[in-house]
Amino acid sequence: MASLRDIQTRITSTKKTSQITKAMQMVSASKLSRAESNAKSFVPYMDKIQEVVASIALGSKDVRHPMLVSRPVKKTGYLVITSDRGLAGAYNSSILRSVYKKIQERHTSKDEYVVIALGRVGRDFFRIRGIEAIESTIGLPDQPSFADVKEIVRKTVDLFSEGMYDELYMYYSHFVNAIQQDVTEKKVLPLTDIQSSGGRLSSYEFEPSPEEILEVLLPQYAESLIYGALLDGKASEHAARMTAMQNATDNAKELIRSLTLQYNRARQAAITQEITEIVGGAAALE
Amino acid sequence: MKTFNVNIVTPDGPVVDTNVELLSAKAQSGELGIMAGHVPLVAPLQIGAVRLVLGDKKSELVAVSGGFLEVRSDQVTILAQAAEKAENIDIARAKEAKMRAERFLQDKQDQVDLKRAELALRRATNRLNVYEGKL
Repeated sequence: MASLRDIQTRITSTKKTSQITKAMQMVSASKLSRAESNAKSFVPYMDKIQEVVASIALGSKDVRHPMLVSRPVKKTGYLVITSDRGLAGAYNSSILRSVYKKIQERHTSKDEYVVIALGRVGRDFFRIRGIEAIESTIGLPDQPSFADVKEIVRKTVDLFSEGMYDELYMYYSHFVNAIQQDVTEKKVLPLTDIQSSGGRLSSYEFEPSPEEILEVLLPQYAESLIYGALLDGKASEHAARMTAMQNATDNAKELIRSLTLQYNRARQAAITQEITEIVGGAAALE
Repeated sequence: MKTFNVNIVTPDGPVVDTNVELLSAKAQSGELGIMAGHVPLVAPLQIGAVRLVLGDKKSELVAVSGGFLEVRSDQVTILAQAAEKAENIDIARAKEAKMRAERFLQDKQDQVDLKRAELALRRATNRLNVYEGKL
């Protein structure tokens, strides 16, 4: 049995750990609410751009744009959105597991796909497996603004236009609520599944021409799809971290409880033993 | 005078939501003036200032970095990747960006970066102009 002192040390250190996890949980909770409001303020932009894209792409059948056409797939791009740090429960591992499984199912050789990593954990995961991400961004702030991710997002869309890959999937964690986040696979490019959200399509006059507008509009649309996924992923990350830290705090409390019990038992045993010794000593004197 | 609603939306949230009498913007095909009752229209914008005439001879300038403009029955929406009202422009950052871009252009490296630096320079100059109230 551990000595009283050993147990005491363990209780103190567990208490300190639980204070830290508790603090991290509260930090994540406040970051989550900010992330949620960021995601919310992005909605009007996304809705609007979707509406206009739909009305142009569906409204006039004869418009063509490289981004709307599926071409024979020689190479697939995977955009993987993870966090930079761990301590977020299964957040990163479930995304990575799912994308890695998909890659192994779909491809036989490394020449058939490329990986773009947003987040340190994802980048390192593929590096360990001998796949160097062709583009990666780490150190994104917790509340990324569009300007923060503009570079990588534009690069990702440009690489498709340049023919580096013929389709692009993104993997991220979709935020359902604070306790549920689902790993989501979404095909970003080519833009084949444009749907009209409102149903009513306005007929516009195009200045100068539908083709030239699509030239501006479609990259912007694809970029906002990715940015939207990133915001979604960030909200999930904070939610996952909050839950993970909540669990850690609960576990620490449970551990402290059982250690305290053990400590009290040991203390009681020591007292009992002392009394027995004194009584034994006194009996020997009589 | 008849007014119409103008929305300027960016990925970081709405920037402007107001009623105006006249809106003038730089489209890629040239300057564009819009008043109430305009036909539905979509046009890509240049990096430039959007002037909102609010009536009573009051007007406001908004720096818009690209994007496009959509007009439909008495409702104008501008979707841009970045937009700031004159009073919200971070002047120090714009000045710094302008200097950085100018330095880059003088060094003259490869083509892609050159184009990016040029765009950055235009965005920064646009912000500075809007801040100073010049069109």
